[in-house]
Amino acid sequence: MRHFLDFEKPIAELEGKIEELRRTTDAGGIDVAEEVARLRDKAQALLKTTYAKLTPWQKTLVARHPDRPHASDYVAALVTEWTPLAGDRAFADDKAVLAGIGRFRGRAVAVLGTEKGKDTESRVRHNFGMARPEGYRKARRIIELAGRFGLPILSFVDTAGAFPGIEAEARGQAEAIARSIEACLEAPVPFVATIIGEGGSGGAIALAAADRVLMLEHAVYSVISPEGCASILWRDAAQAPQAAEALRLTAEDLRRLNLVDAVVPEPMGGAHRDPAAAIAAVGQQVQACLEPLLALDAATLRARRREKFLEMGRNSVL
Amino acid sequence: MNWISEWALPKIKTLFGGPREVPDNLWHKCPACEQMIFHRDLERALHVCPHCGHHLRIGAKQRLDITFDPGWQRIELPKAPMDPLRFRDQRRYADRLKEAQARAGQEDAVMVAHGAIEGHRAVIAAFEFSFLGGSMGAGVGEALVTAAKLAVLQDAPLIVFTASGGARMQEGAISLMQMPRTVIATRMVKEAGLPFIVVLCDPTTGGVTASFAMLGDLQLAEPGALIGFAGARVIEQTVREKLPEGFQRAEYLLEHGILDMVVRRSEMRATLARLIGLLRMPEAAAEVAEGEPVPALPPPAPAGAQA
Repeated sequence: MRHFLDFEKPIAELEGKIEELRRTTDAGGIDVAEEVARLRDKAQALLKTTYAKLTPWQKTLVARHPDRPHASDYVAALVTEWTPLAGDRAFADDKAVLAGIGRFRGRAVAVLGTEKGKDTESRVRHNFGMARPEGYRKARRIIELAGRFGLPILSFVDTAGAFPGIEAEARGQAEAIARSIEACLEAPVPFVATIIGEGGSGGAIALAAADRVLMLEHAVYSVISPEGCASILWRDAAQAPQAAEALRLTAEDLRRLNLVDAVVPEPMGGAHRDPAAAIAAVGQQVQACLEPLLALDAATLRARRREKFLEMGRNSVL
Repeated sequence: MNWISEWALPKIKTLFGGPREVPDNLWHKCPACEQMIFHRDLERALHVCPHCGHHLRIGAKQRLDITFDPGWQRIELPKAPMDPLRFRDQRRYADRLKEAQARAGQEDAVMVAHGAIEGHRAVIAAFEFSFLGGSMGAGVGEALVTAAKLAVLQDAPLIVFTASGGARMQEGAISLMQMPRTVIATRMVKEAGLPFIVVLCDPTTGGVTASFAMLGDLQLAEPGALIGFAGARVIEQTVREKLPEGFQRAEYLLEHGILDMVVRRSEMRATLARLIGLLRMPEAAAEVAEGEPVPALPPPAPAGAQA
């Protein structure tokens, strides 16, 4: 059963109609090919216009769409010899953070991601993509490993944010995030991060202080969720659509503010309508970003990465 | 808990709560034990309640005054873009910001100064919690980067007194990017071989805790300070459990290995001076022990020799 978002209702209705007509044909009824083709064109046109003018709140919903490709899908499609690595060597293995080594287009790389999971069972296992301190400590360990062996780092970020829990605080959630950001900034190897869905605050930047940061067309990247922001500033979580507008969390805005380096266009109707095409487009962009970085030595990479982040805020005006 | 409910609303209430009587300023009520404290006693006790020892919040200027030797100097900070997102909730961020600036007499929530602490030169960045909840936007990022550069330039340690609700929502993802930006500032200080000391004051949460404020060579905190990543309400709603007693307080963090020490305000200055002395002048106080000289150890046995 395909999952439609509220604002996709008219499209869902058209597609339902097409499906119904098709069934009549299959059942040996009258030929309705022409009618189906007409409706299909209409649905496509509607999809196109709807997705061309998504509001920031609608983009937030698309970014959280359950059928949207997740970090593990990117790894499965883009990385060969995939070898997951586990554990922070201190307390636990946090499955909200996916980490490992493998080959991207033949080149050995380290890969990090935040994984939300696909069904109830895997969502619980991955804690809905919300990492605990162990997750960020695992990330830091993999970044350091990559540095020691000269492996470029790729990260795929999709998280509502770091997990807000009692144990997470007791074990130093803030410190773990801070150290992970530091590890990103210090990495002596090329680092390309991609915000594939939700870029939720500190939990996202912990894996995304990279040389190049890509963002999918309908992904969002924000300092706080629209709901959280609305409940604080409007004292009403229902004002989330307005908060989403005010926060400027879309890929287009982040690019204009010079906070991300490039926006990767999504297939028409969003990455969830054609995951394979969305993943392939990301693969191409990652490759294009990585290529020139491979020629730079560790000192140059670090210096440029620092310069880039030091500028953020100085020249960021809409 | 956030800066609006904690600070802005009460402030607005006092602003519009009618004309203020003079005696209001003479007596303060301790927010912890609710006892009345005469203003001069409070001042003398560095704003620590003489009845229960509760550390009241203090402003940036006062912090610098009580930490530095007389003669410290505040430095001018580079201007950050004003309201880069043209953010508006129920009010315009530009208006909130201008108002905070006028009231505080400073551009943003951090004051940077250099001076000496019991003779040891130091640079201090102090947060002003009453300035939009000490929240971190581009201006605060700029202040910390400037403080780090000044410390390197002066070959002096950097001390940051934090008090912040976290990232400033009204600057959106720009605020988020101040996390890596301020982490870079800590690297500059450390790479110059200088101590970076963080003193966590009440309250320090969110993106400030999860960036530069947890990266000190030494992590100090004031007694009872609320320090954490996520807000208590958010945690309660997420895990649907009652929070343990003393959760996210300085003593709790000390217990959990996240801090080096909890230091009373009256001892902060001497503690900082001693720490700087130990880290920066390892031989300054070397003394010759009295009595018989201890004979030197024999040189190590050559490689391969049997024990």
